[in-house]
Amino acid sequence: MTAPLLTMTGIQKSFLGVRVLHGVDLTVRPGEVHALVGENGAGKSTLMKILAGVYTADAGTVTLDGEPVRFGHPAAAQRAGVSTVFQEFNLLPDRTVAENVYLGREPRRRGMVDRRRMVADTRRLLEDLGVTGLSARARVRNLSVAEQQIVEIVKAMSHDARIISMDEPTAALAGREVALLYRLIERLKQLGVAVLYVSHRLKEIFDLCDRVTVLKDGALVDTSDTADLTTDDLVRKMVGRSITGFFPPKLPGTALGDVRLRVTGGGNTQLDGVDLSVRSGEIVGFAGLQGSGRTELAHALFGIAPFTVGRVEVDGEGARIRSPRQAVRYGIGLVTEDRKTQGLALNQSIAANARLVLDAVRPRSAGRAAKAVPGLLSSLELVARGHDQEVRFLSGGNQQKVVLAKWLVIEPRVMILDEPTRGIDVGAKHAVYTLIRELAAAGMAILLISSELSEVIGMADRIVVMRDGVISGELDAARLPADTAEETIMALATGQNTGAAR
Amino acid sequence: MKPTSSTATARRAPLSTTTVVYLALLGILLVGGIVVAATGDTLFSNANLVDMLTRSSLLGFIAIGQTLVILCRSLDLSVGYVVALSSLVAATTMDGDPARIPLAMAAALGVAAVIGLVNGLVVTKLKVNAFIATLGVGLIVKGYLDTWYAGPAGEVAPAFQAFGYTRIGPLPLSAIVMVALAGAGIWFLHYTRTGHHMFAVGGDTDVARMSGVRTDRTVIVAHILCAVAAGVAGLLIASRFGTGSALVYDDGYDLESIAAVVLGGTYLLGGRGGIGGTLGGVFILATLDTVFNVLSVDPFIKDVLRGVIIIAAVAIYARRRLTRKPDRFGGHVDPPPRPAPGDGAEAAHVKGGVA
Repeated sequence: MTAPLLTMTGIQKSFLGVRVLHGVDLTVRPGEVHALVGENGAGKSTLMKILAGVYTADAGTVTLDGEPVRFGHPAAAQRAGVSTVFQEFNLLPDRTVAENVYLGREPRRRGMVDRRRMVADTRRLLEDLGVTGLSARARVRNLSVAEQQIVEIVKAMSHDARIISMDEPTAALAGREVALLYRLIERLKQLGVAVLYVSHRLKEIFDLCDRVTVLKDGALVDTSDTADLTTDDLVRKMVGRSITGFFPPKLPGTALGDVRLRVTGGGNTQLDGVDLSVRSGEIVGFAGLQGSGRTELAHALFGIAPFTVGRVEVDGEGARIRSPRQAVRYGIGLVTEDRKTQGLALNQSIAANARLVLDAVRPRSAGRAAKAVPGLLSSLELVARGHDQEVRFLSGGNQQKVVLAKWLVIEPRVMILDEPTRGIDVGAKHAVYTLIRELAAAGMAILLISSELSEVIGMADRIVVMRDGVISGELDAARLPADTAEETIMALATGQNTGAAR
Repeated sequence: MKPTSSTATARRAPLSTTTVVYLALLGILLVGGIVVAATGDTLFSNANLVDMLTRSSLLGFIAIGQTLVILCRSLDLSVGYVVALSSLVAATTMDGDPARIPLAMAAALGVAAVIGLVNGLVVTKLKVNAFIATLGVGLIVKGYLDTWYAGPAGEVAPAFQAFGYTRIGPLPLSAIVMVALAGAGIWFLHYTRTGHHMFAVGGDTDVARMSGVRTDRTVIVAHILCAVAAGVAGLLIASRFGTGSALVYDDGYDLESIAAVVLGGTYLLGGRGGIGGTLGGVFILATLDTVFNVLSVDPFIKDVLRGVIIIAAVAIYARRRLTRKPDRFGGHVDPPPRPAPGDGAEAAHVKGGVA
């Protein structure tokens, strides 16, 4: 057994008094591909960011080649040979590949930037990785996501990286681009570079990784050789807790009514062949990997990037939705994925935010309808100093309640919730779940998009799984066996088991 | 890894923005030449060319500096005041004595550099928005000028006036110096680390910082260079007028230089563009002015036309840089374009490896 390249021992980290990592250990050997897995919120990204020098650990030690290290800045980590490819690429779109790779340490000759050497060196690195057809002089803006990822990896290699961590590297890649990444990782292995691979896609972990470390709720579950594991074992380690009990049950009197929203053959540049119907009182969960088209579907229904083909009906009546304004007129509400930039006017008051949709779309009746706002906010158990407080001072959970209030006050017929519980605490999550149940009981049709499988399974009546812009399967939540539910969904989301998917 | 080559080349923009700028300049010269010819005059007469180039040089100095700050996603609204101040510093220091020319130039540019440094420090360290920071610094300079220099002051040495009036053929010396400075600026952006970092800081400050770029220092350097370039414009004013003049700050060089930069294809929010384009933008504005003058266009119509041209140009650039997520489907064609025939074998191979 070789000596470990990297060891992280007893890593602890808290944010605002909330412990997110409880003493995690991780060892990575030279030239291995090491998977880091866990559910959302398990602490994977935090651990990665500590390794990358973005965060500093509160306690614990990191050693590289047996030497203790402490990275205060990402540039320091890179100099030491620890590079990270984040999901959000750190590239300048208007600069060339070579300029990006050598940003901050451009090679110089007689005091001048040696552009020729910069390009030549980049070309050599690309060749080392076996990449052909990617010009060192190409502008990053003109590259595909997969090519940009290659640039990030080249950038890491230019630092003589000995370990590259990758955060969900395949999340935004199309199928054949994933094959490209596989080969690149193979090549990195040959070059003796260790790869720390963070992914949700179990198939990739078994395809690529030598060992896997599982985190759960900020603690280490264990590290084992992938060869000794089955998919079932791995999922059990990742989930390992009962989800019943956390999600409120369906309210008595909730009945499935007529179809409120129907899409037939919907498609645009991001989506294809979408057939969908949601009934009154029904909660339909949308599962899928990031970039699978769930948010694009929400945007299509809400008129942000409308369907260019197909037919949409609301309550049996054909609806031409070309803009969010029209969507609201048809009684469709959308709680966006990113509430800070798309859901709220952060430096306006709670009251102003809650009236935003009302004032925009029904200005004449807004005054009357707005009388319902205070009652609505208190029924949502909003915690604030007063309704004139600016929403940027609220916690994530309370901000989300304001977003919800903004929609509820217009009494929508169809409610689309895109990651409604992202980044909010457990108590607020529970409040959101309870509210969703109440809305369903009141006859609303609900589309719940979530990356947390447990949430989709726990809340939805029906689960629609998306992959690469198409619906890859539909499951009846009631008939889904509890112990294999997540795997069934994952199989559909990754296309791992194409036979069962259709 | 075949697929990368085709996609990278297929989506390359057909023309660089700088090329578009110079094509536009050519077009305006052509149209202007024809319109002027139609009135029985000629746009390309010696006098008109001199007029055009003289106009260009003053705005050019300022716009070259402005390009650097705008590339860094900053802005400098104090340039007009710096021009006025440096003309006064040069003229009063020189006081008609040819021996004091170097001293006066150094003093004027030094004062300008200090103002640039203050601008840069306020923007980066006090984190005041550049719009407010440079406007504030500019107002402070204005206050000083208004209090101490009600009219022209100082006197430049006759030899120094050569900078303003010497011509080599139809080419004014000042225009030659301006183009040389532009060349130096282009070299700076291409061949120095600081130049490269300006694009990075303007493109994405976080990316720059994560890559170890000293972002504050870069912005400060840009502000200093911008103020010094405005100082050179002040020297030109002094040499032309024979004296220092406080009132030039009213000539609107601050906004006009920004217009020239943007017209030259530099993105107002930084990270993209360059001095080559700015030079084109300066020439376009100067050509328009000369054409309007020759045709004696009503000043009101003149400003309206300038405004329309600037807006149209920027609207065209904005269209050019529209980028979207790559399409996954045609939006009207039924079969999705995957899997690509050439990659079928590899994809299948990877799939076959599933445990």
